[in-house]
Amino acid sequence: MKNKEPIILAVVVFFTLVTYYLVEPYAHGVMHKHVESENYAYDDLPAINKTGDAARGKDLVLGAGACTGCHSIEVAGMPAPMDPVTAASSYGVNPPDLSNAGVIFDGKFLANLIKNPAHALMVEHKFDASKGQMHPMTQFYGAGGDLDQEVADMVAYLQSIAVEQESVTPAMAYENACGRCHALKYENWTQIGTKPSFKYKKDELAFDIKVLEYEDSITKYMGKLPPDLSMYIRSRGEHYIKTFVENPQNYLHGTAMPRVGINAESMDKVIEHLEDAGDTKREERASVGANVMMFTIIFAIFALLWKKQVWRDLH
Amino acid sequence: MEKNGRRGFMGKAFGAVAAVGAVGSLVAMKKSWDPLPSVKAAGFTTLDMTAYTAGELVTEKWRGKPIFVLKKTPEMVAKQNEDDKARDIIVNGEHFMVAIGLCTHLGCIPAYYPDEEGFICACHGGQFDFAGMVTKVPPPRGLDIPPFRIDGNKLVLGEIGPEYENMKENGVTL
Amino acid sequence: MAHFEKATSVKDWLNQRLAIEKVEKVMASEYWIPKNINFLWAMGMVLMITFILLLVSGIFLLMYYQPNVATAFDSVNYTIMREVGFGWLWRHIHGVAASVVFLIIYIHMFTGIYYGSYKKGREMIWISGMLLFITFSAEAFSGYMLPWGQMSYWAGMVITNIFSLGGLHLDGLVEWIRGDYVPAQAFLNRFFMLHVLLLPLAILGLIGLHFAALRIPHVNNQDGEEIDFDAEAQKYLAGDKKGSKVMRFANDFMSKDMMVVGIYLIFFFYLVFYHYNFAMDPVNFDPADGLKTPAHIYPEWYFLWSYEILRPFSVNIGLIAFGFAQVIFVLLPFLDRSPNTVPANRRGAFGIWFWLLLVDMIVLTAMGKLPPEGAFSTIGLVAALAFIALWIALPFITAKEKKL
Repeated sequence: MKNKEPIILAVVVFFTLVTYYLVEPYAHGVMHKHVESENYAYDDLPAINKTGDAARGKDLVLGAGACTGCHSIEVAGMPAPMDPVTAASSYGVNPPDLSNAGVIFDGKFLANLIKNPAHALMVEHKFDASKGQMHPMTQFYGAGGDLDQEVADMVAYLQSIAVEQESVTPAMAYENACGRCHALKYENWTQIGTKPSFKYKKDELAFDIKVLEYEDSITKYMGKLPPDLSMYIRSRGEHYIKTFVENPQNYLHGTAMPRVGINAESMDKVIEHLEDAGDTKREERASVGANVMMFTIIFAIFALLWKKQVWRDLH
Repeated sequence: MEKNGRRGFMGKAFGAVAAVGAVGSLVAMKKSWDPLPSVKAAGFTTLDMTAYTAGELVTEKWRGKPIFVLKKTPEMVAKQNEDDKARDIIVNGEHFMVAIGLCTHLGCIPAYYPDEEGFICACHGGQFDFAGMVTKVPPPRGLDIPPFRIDGNKLVLGEIGPEYENMKENGVTL
Repeated sequence: MAHFEKATSVKDWLNQRLAIEKVEKVMASEYWIPKNINFLWAMGMVLMITFILLLVSGIFLLMYYQPNVATAFDSVNYTIMREVGFGWLWRHIHGVAASVVFLIIYIHMFTGIYYGSYKKGREMIWISGMLLFITFSAEAFSGYMLPWGQMSYWAGMVITNIFSLGGLHLDGLVEWIRGDYVPAQAFLNRFFMLHVLLLPLAILGLIGLHFAALRIPHVNNQDGEEIDFDAEAQKYLAGDKKGSKVMRFANDFMSKDMMVVGIYLIFFFYLVFYHYNFAMDPVNFDPADGLKTPAHIYPEWYFLWSYEILRPFSVNIGLIAFGFAQVIFVLLPFLDRSPNTVPANRRGAFGIWFWLLLVDMIVLTAMGKLPPEGAFSTIGLVAALAFIALWIALPFITAKEKKL
């Protein structure tokens, strides 16, 4: 009698794959729109075609630009004017330290941000100057010279004080780009910094209260508390996070989340940090996986040989 | 024969006694699955009705369920039909839609779309208007109205006032 | 008192007390299996292996899982996934096996339907199998609640709401099942109990019944042949292994079972390590939030066909259709009125019925996941009506079948 097993197997595999295709790739394709990456080019923003001078930029940033009125620049010895909780209650969110802004964020984005924050951040629907809704970061109107040149100088200064791109760690990228709004509980990160270990319960509660006060300010500022991102690498996945950060309006039209203007290299570091938080064992999974696959193949070969031997007597 | 009959009878009687015990223990098991008194007692929420802005949906919480509160704009009030009007809760002359924010189909939370002045449920595509009435099935009825009592400017959810009883009698809500 | 002699060996000692030789014969070496069966008959062993994988991985998850609404999510995603040695492996095995076990169950079920393995004395095999399907469904659902993510919470909300039975408004029953007005601590705790104790006990009992139901009628074969097992067994034992139509379960058929298991495990572990998202829905990696529904709520793939039968109708009719879908498979041995126990391809109209049912269930499965809009709603409605029509037609088309 003819052996029908290959055709039976083909039928089983066919129906399994059809079902899989319909409920997974096809259904998810219908449910979630696909957004292509813009490669962190920020093409909608005009390029600044001036070569910046870091020395002049320093004078502007520390002087006429009045950046240090709100921002700390710790590498330049400029401390924060307020603690994070007070700053958040004044501005809605704690203004970032600018020590490494030059390496984390895209240069063109920074220049446009200085010229018009609400536009670069894509939050003009929330901060419409004509309706008197001012973005907490004041627009830089120039210090008397050529505006574009001055802005280029300021960006050049920020880039000159920042560490090299290769020295940006995953945690640093996350803390600068995301960490002032999003906690990362599984890496012990709160919006006001890493949570220390406390000897006394009272001190710990005091710290927790500060976090809650900060969260209250940011909730008021954003409309809802930005979520903890600990498991986002599993719940959203790399592609979604990358394209979302690039332009949040792609997915959530009207969202209060600003475009943060991160550059592609630093974004990869952010992803790495999120993987450390939510997919910690990915390397172990890959290496154990390879071994287990090898073993199961050997197991199957031995099972096959045993079957052949037993069945030799039967037919 | 007689002996056998008696044995048969005693066997059945024993079975009956055992059955009583089994039923008794079932009652105990059923009771163990009941919601706890503390869960049942924590069932009241008071809302200050002066705090709402017309046309803006606010989600409150009562018994772990979302409660939609929508203060109606004069235009909304003007275009309501009789069924919609019957669902209004009027506090100090202001008209409110107050309803349990769970789709009456299978309990998902419909999202409010201010431009369309209505709710759409993402689960099975049910739709409601701003008064909470169904505009597209599967939901079998409008959004349920929680038991309430009007107390001056306040609305107490979980207590039953005369306005709520009225709604229940007229079949406006369950 | 029974008479015992001084044992000559450990085996003899055990044999006097437990009759292990006799047991071995009944369960393995003289459990006769027809030779004309194909690899689909190995699905029972594949299911057994998958069940063992679930049981073992479940035991290790149980040691760190915390059934508390405040800590459940973190105990799974932080403690088990990050801290426990190989905790991630147990979780991935458990999650993937819970999904794959249903694929194998469906293959096993449709094999039974195709070859008529629910007829002529095999009714109890089918019925106990369907009871296993129902308890496995409950086991899968209760387990899905435990990580307490968004999908856990909202699936729990939607499925328990079904018990209000639409127009009957049994809200009290729903609250009784949940132990609260909404899924909360009492709900999580009792579903934890169901998942790790009561339902596994029921499953173990039913597996025993399923195996026992198989022993007297023996397994079916792929040609619809009636085999005289006693005569063929005599032939085999007399040394005519080649001429006999039957073989021993162990080692003869078991060696083939193991070959299929080997190939299956390659597929299974590939999914565990490299392709697990289909079984571990990304949405469930968001913690449960009772005030925010996910954009799309859908059950795991293996429930989609029955979910889609519920969905396109108004609430009462939907529930009746859903109830129909749940029980109708159990009644298959009594709805099929044909006298023939042969493969579907030799049964005329029934053969067509079989493939229509299979395709219809795949369509329902796909539509159950897709958003209920436009063409998808319509296709879903047609497929649901077709499902009901197919089952109503079954007694009529099989009654007309001629005896082969």
